[in-house]
Amino acid sequence: MRIFLTAEAIILVTALGLAVIRSLPGPVFFPVRVLAIVYADFFRGVPTILVILMLGVGMPSLQLEGIPDSQIFWATVSLVLVYTAYVSEVYRAGIESVHPSQDAAARSLGLTHLQSLRHVVIPQAVRRVIPPLLNDFIGLQKDTALVSVLGVVEALRQTQINEAADFNGTHYLVAATLFVAITIPLARFTDWLVARDRRRRQAAGVGA
Amino acid sequence: MTEMLHVEALHKSFGKLEVLRGIDLELAEHEVVCLIGASGSGKSTLLRCVNLLEPVDAGRIVLAGEEITAPGVDVNRVRRGIGIVFQAFNLFPHMSVLANVTLGPRKALGLSRAAANARAEDLLARFGLREKRDDYPDRLSGGQQQRVAIVRALAMQPRLLLLDEVTSALDPELVAEVLEVIRELAGEGMTMLIATHEMGFARDVAARVCFLDEGVILEEGLPEQIFSAPREARTQQFLQRIVEAGRL
Repeated sequence: MRIFLTAEAIILVTALGLAVIRSLPGPVFFPVRVLAIVYADFFRGVPTILVILMLGVGMPSLQLEGIPDSQIFWATVSLVLVYTAYVSEVYRAGIESVHPSQDAAARSLGLTHLQSLRHVVIPQAVRRVIPPLLNDFIGLQKDTALVSVLGVVEALRQTQINEAADFNGTHYLVAATLFVAITIPLARFTDWLVARDRRRRQAAGVGA
Repeated sequence: MTEMLHVEALHKSFGKLEVLRGIDLELAEHEVVCLIGASGSGKSTLLRCVNLLEPVDAGRIVLAGEEITAPGVDVNRVRRGIGIVFQAFNLFPHMSVLANVTLGPRKALGLSRAAANARAEDLLARFGLREKRDDYPDRLSGGQQQRVAIVRALAMQPRLLLLDEVTSALDPELVAEVLEVIRELAGEGMTMLIATHEMGFARDVAARVCFLDEGVILEEGLPEQIFSAPREARTQQFLQRIVEAGRL
């Protein structure tokens, strides 16, 4: 659970950064745009479990000075790398769905490209992509189970251990229930967020 | 009379389509000039070029003595001095009216929240929008939205105001309230370049009228002359169609 929360917080920020980089205009930013695209293509293409194995087994075994050798750390890094790629695409779709006239209005006031993104485009984009962002949250939450391949004691792994101890299959059911118990409240929470935003925009203002 | 805007041999293409084919235009300080012409004649593109929302292909634009189309000009600084109001309002739907109006002064001019709010409240009150300050744009009528958009542009205290068919998206009964605001601004000496289909309004408010046709200013003159005795055949044709549509 802690893996999931830590990873999620980092992903939300870095993915937005990546999406912003891809929106930067002009030939000056061409190299960073290409890097961002290559990154997204690569980490969306490689199976998550491969990345976890490569980093989780590979990095600690290098025994380099100055880098952490914790498997949990590298598993979290792997999840961040993979999901940042997915989530940045979600953000990018959101940014592109905001009509260019909104950016034109902001720029016409003398705001810079980044100010326009920050105050006008991204707030609208994020509201629109909350449901697909939740999809990726849930995917991430489930993929934390993959970390168990590294021998990290994690929800699914713990279940297998218990199972082996007393030969009782209901542990899998319990594990599944635990996962759903987290995702369902999250889903209802996002629905609530979206509904509240819609209500606020259509209601007469009551105080600022 | 001080010259506010000087446009010289302006060319602009979108792909193979040449939208502006050599525009020459001058605007004195406090002058109101109306651009008329059919859809696609280049009125909107001209306004967007003046505000540097579209890069120009050739030609020069000089604003109050500064060539703003010169390389290396800070476009954000230039745009702070030029207001533009769009046909579709383009208010920010996720912000209250007050936040819409104060965004530019706060972020582009660096005003404090208090100073920006004070400026916005003054303007909103002047244009009968005081009660709407905390509403979101979706809740307002088209006329109110467009007046908010005008206030948003005015809050930057621009030297020049560009109006791009600001009544074209409005229901007929809402047009008057917006035109009234523009008349008031003209009375106060605001320098304005107005693209419009409201010929009656253009005749009233404009010091000069320019007829755009296929990317050039085909005819230019006093409103009385353009509307009652147009010289060019194309101008006559255009005005004839407007009369037939009952718009003049």
